[in-house]
Amino acid sequence: MPEVSITGEGVGKSYGTTTALKSLDFTVNKGEVFGFIGPDGAGKTTLFRILTTLLLPGSGKVRVEGYDVVKDYRILRRILGYMPGRFSLYHDLSVEENLRFFAGIFGVDVRENYHLVKDIYGQIEPFAKRKAGKLSGGMKQKLALSCALIHEPVVLVLDEPTTGVDAVSRREFWEMLMRLKTGGITIVVSTPYMDEAMRCDRVALMQQGNIMTTGTPQSITAAFPHKIYRIKGSAALNILSLTRKMKHIRSAELFGDAVHISTENTDQAPTAAEISQYLSAQGLGRHIISEAVAGIEDCFIDLMKQPDRHV
Amino acid sequence: MRTIFYIMQKEFIQVFRNRMMLPVIFLMPLVQLLILSYAVTFEIKNIRLYITDNDNSVASRALLEHFRSSDFYHISGESADALHGLEELKEGEIHQQLVILPGFEKQVVSGSPARVQVLTDAINGSAAALMNAYTLSVIESYNREVLSHMQGFPPKMVQVSWRYWFNPALDYKTYMIPGILVLLVTLIGMFLAGMNVVREKEIGTIEQINVTPIRKVQFIAGKLLPFWIIALAELAFGLALSVLLFNIPIVGNIFLIFLVASVYLVVVMGLGLFISTITNTQQQSMFLSWFFLVIFILMSGLFTPVESMPHWALQLNTLNPIAYFIRIMRMIMLKGSGFQDIVKPMLYLSAYGITILSLAVWRYRKTS
Repeated sequence: MPEVSITGEGVGKSYGTTTALKSLDFTVNKGEVFGFIGPDGAGKTTLFRILTTLLLPGSGKVRVEGYDVVKDYRILRRILGYMPGRFSLYHDLSVEENLRFFAGIFGVDVRENYHLVKDIYGQIEPFAKRKAGKLSGGMKQKLALSCALIHEPVVLVLDEPTTGVDAVSRREFWEMLMRLKTGGITIVVSTPYMDEAMRCDRVALMQQGNIMTTGTPQSITAAFPHKIYRIKGSAALNILSLTRKMKHIRSAELFGDAVHISTENTDQAPTAAEISQYLSAQGLGRHIISEAVAGIEDCFIDLMKQPDRHV
Repeated sequence: MRTIFYIMQKEFIQVFRNRMMLPVIFLMPLVQLLILSYAVTFEIKNIRLYITDNDNSVASRALLEHFRSSDFYHISGESADALHGLEELKEGEIHQQLVILPGFEKQVVSGSPARVQVLTDAINGSAAALMNAYTLSVIESYNREVLSHMQGFPPKMVQVSWRYWFNPALDYKTYMIPGILVLLVTLIGMFLAGMNVVREKEIGTIEQINVTPIRKVQFIAGKLLPFWIIALAELAFGLALSVLLFNIPIVGNIFLIFLVASVYLVVVMGLGLFISTITNTQQQSMFLSWFFLVIFILMSGLFTPVESMPHWALQLNTLNPIAYFIRIMRMIMLKGSGFQDIVKPMLYLSAYGITILSLAVWRYRKTS
């Protein structure tokens, strides 16, 4: 059994009549990268603000490194590193002033702890005198991460760190996280991007304040119970509407410029050849159809459609 | 302690890095003192007077001569048609109209009451009252002249000699400037300090602060102390200006002024902070602060005497910090009051400051 870092039992939170979190149960192991994956409004930020002692849970219990987020918030604030979704450093302070300020209020010395952030901060150090507000998106992120790490946190909580960041910076950011992980820190991250789920050790798929499933990305995709076909053609929207009319088709969804179709698990379900024939008969031109391996996004959509998930 | 230092250091960097801030801090007292003390004045000069003399006698001309020779009056129209003057009054061309009816001289000579009519534009009530008082005193002096003429010797009456204490020349500036200095300190305490906390909420930086182990008392102290220092520096600057530029006497102890200001600042900063805990944006906080500030200023005794307010307003004014400070400020600067004279309002201010600041600290939440 791996050592546990964070446990949540029946965590719920409502704002007035709207329920942000229903009743979440989850565990995050020490030293792993755990991802909460879900669209905007799934409740990720609410959950993270509870984890970081900024918000009191409406119900349930959350323990981080054995400390209760409500009772032991003082201790937790020393060992947590948090990077909010919105850039929350001081725009009018320079890069080094920001770092020194956060080191200062955590009561640590920048020089003593420099080794902790050297890898990340080193990249923006040439711009140490520049105002934080004048940095590019990727650089802001590196600064924010440096400020969240300078006090040597045991658990790092990152709320949508890659939202609004270009593709190159996103990849770079994940590489930084992977290097951080080797230092043994527990990383909890949220993202609306399904492709980033594959980078995590384990993920929880969230939707409307619920966790639909938890596991390694591989186990989740391997458990996908249906056949998936990928169709590429010039008229993706036509393919979508045509296939949705077919029998024994569970779902047809647009994935970029292709259409993913999952079929029912019956003998009557159409094969790739039958689908292709049907499309041609309906007057659709050139298209390529192939059997595909389910990705996290397929699983996500499939789980969303299961009615029993919305209790 | 070190934590407070880091917050203060950050605040000072931010304040002085703001290009708007430094000029504002040093120009504000200068502009306010210049404008408010030179332009805003209770004295009325150049009363535009319209004369209708329907008697055209020696007596009526003698009365009018009193007006013509006065510095306060400017004769802007004269005709025998009283309606014409009324027309000009309606159009706002003149402030006052003086009508002398036919038979004025005859009545004066015969000793029966002679009548003149004075019409005053009272759109601005206090200005009208002042103009009326001026005009009455002119007519009064004419009256005395008539009496001495008729009796052939100066009339027997009570000779009044008076003297205005603490402001012998009734200089308006002497009266206004201590009050204006109070406003300066108030603006910095209530606005800059309070707004500063809301600003962190608005741009989201408060989230990053709230996850740190910093205590809320440390955070608030670190936030307020820089503005406390800036406000006191501003007061010193304003006092220097009023002495050097306006020759305002500071009769009392200047250190006493700073002692009162330090306590007073705790009150207004507490108010500013309290407002910032119940608002989420700078706009909301600005609106709420203005609401209180305008009421406080209007009731403070800066422009109108506090003593003439109705009883309920006086009761309400016990909650008005500006009223206390303006009163104490005038007492020290103009009257030279010592500590023992201001003990009571000082105790009150201290209690007020402790209460409102604790309330604000209690209301401030790091966790929602």
